[in-house]
Amino acid sequence: MAKVTIDGITIDVPDGTTILNAARMIGGEIVPPAMCYYSKLKTSGGYCRTCIVKVTKGSEKDPRPMPKPVASCRTTVMDGMEVQNITSPDLLEARAGVVEFLLLNHPLDCPVCDQAGECHLQDLAYNNGKAETRYAFPRREFERRDIGNNVQLHMNRCILCYRCVKVADQLTDGRVHGVINRGEVAEISTYIDNVIENEMSGNVIDVCPVGALTDKTFRFKSRVWYTKPVDAHRDCDKCCGKVRLWYKGEEVLRVTARKDQYGEVEDWICNTCRFDKKETSQWTIEGPSKISRDSVISANHYESLQSLRKATKEQLANALPHGEKVQAGQGALNPNNQKQ
Amino acid sequence: MSLSNRSVVVSKKEMSWSERLYLPAILGGMAITIKHLFKRKPTIKYPEEVREIAPVYRGQHVLKRDEAGAERCTACGLCAVACPAEAITMESAERKKGEENLYREEKYARIYEINMLRCIFCGLCEEACPKEAIFLTDRIVPSSFTRGAEVYGKDKLVETLEQPVDVSARQRPEVLEFKQDKKHNHNQTHLDKKAVRRSGH
Repeated sequence: MAKVTIDGITIDVPDGTTILNAARMIGGEIVPPAMCYYSKLKTSGGYCRTCIVKVTKGSEKDPRPMPKPVASCRTTVMDGMEVQNITSPDLLEARAGVVEFLLLNHPLDCPVCDQAGECHLQDLAYNNGKAETRYAFPRREFERRDIGNNVQLHMNRCILCYRCVKVADQLTDGRVHGVINRGEVAEISTYIDNVIENEMSGNVIDVCPVGALTDKTFRFKSRVWYTKPVDAHRDCDKCCGKVRLWYKGEEVLRVTARKDQYGEVEDWICNTCRFDKKETSQWTIEGPSKISRDSVISANHYESLQSLRKATKEQLANALPHGEKVQAGQGALNPNNQKQ
Repeated sequence: MSLSNRSVVVSKKEMSWSERLYLPAILGGMAITIKHLFKRKPTIKYPEEVREIAPVYRGQHVLKRDEAGAERCTACGLCAVACPAEAITMESAERKKGEENLYREEKYARIYEINMLRCIFCGLCEEACPKEAIFLTDRIVPSSFTRGAEVYGKDKLVETLEQPVDVSARQRPEVLEFKQDKKHNHNQTHLDKKAVRRSGH
């Protein structure tokens, strides 16, 4: 076991845990954002640098601070380590720089993009970025491309997080999906129009943190916040069959896997469930999905007064010990907050 | 028993002779009427006459086109999510090849409807629009005989090429100046983009 202190909160974690996962065990606002790390995919992380933290004390034995911010998804904890995330203004400045770099070639076509409203890059830019860009050069442009019949690749929007490549590598056999070229000209490729035919290939849509890989059957059907998420399941011989249906009126516009508070899927689903089962009669409905009150998806969906009262009460209870540090809305929905 | 102490008992006493004649009361009423004939009229003869309104008056909406005549709206839905009266609905469609002169972005609003009976003319849609597509204008929404006629579709909302709606009075000078800058994607028409592509990048 190693004792690690993140933003003044101490926790004991098993040896070999990364700083990011230790922070997630604590929960709340101190969890660094992550664009490329995905706990369900092996060897993911280390590309995007959004999860950087400042290590102010290396360990009990060697208390020197680390000279530069480190990627918390790839750095394991040491006994006695002290880490700063949101308590360090320097680090927040550095993270804003990372966001600026991620947005360098991003087309900012959110009004057109189907991911808008559940896009991690959008959240990241809003929470950690700056309002203006200093980039004056032409952004790189690619033709949009079909990967199979159901997935569309908008390379313009890609931030090269490699999550989809890891999915193709670890979930499907006979990988036909990778990153070609390097540096500024790197791009996600299927080795010249080789379609992904594997049953689990649709999961690349769910892992994509931006709108680079989107569901073609949902293309321009509706904005995310006009659809109503409902948890449902069915007996599926290829996957767990536990999904989230996105309704508009009586119509199922989209089927996705269920995602947790970090935007990671709870369980992978197969292409049959995702693309071919779009009738209510094919599913057993469990009930409406829990959506964070801060999410735009919850806009215009009214919860009962009772649950609102409860959330307010929780929020007040959480806010008091921290003083001004707790921002409105955040943290209150995280059950782990009780531990602090 | 009275609770408010403001109740008055109605008295039905018999009218006097002069009251029964009614003439003084009628003459009194006529005097008031005739006095008003010589006062200034508070009403105007709309639509022949129009009241003076502020240049930023929030009246009927317009969906703008860009300088090349392409519709600016991309059906992003931000106006509808901002609308406190939930008056706006839309449905999007994908632009086909060769329609670049009709729609600016690869997605456009196939259906765009504002229910003028629900609209409270607050202007939040205008504020939310990232594409400078929707503006409220100084035009007054006319009344109609049916409710259905008050749901305005694209036929009534999108400005025509022949009669563009001028909304420059509603924009700050800095914004107007920014819009001249063709370096920004926001200000480029499909013709500008084509020219840029031809020139190298």
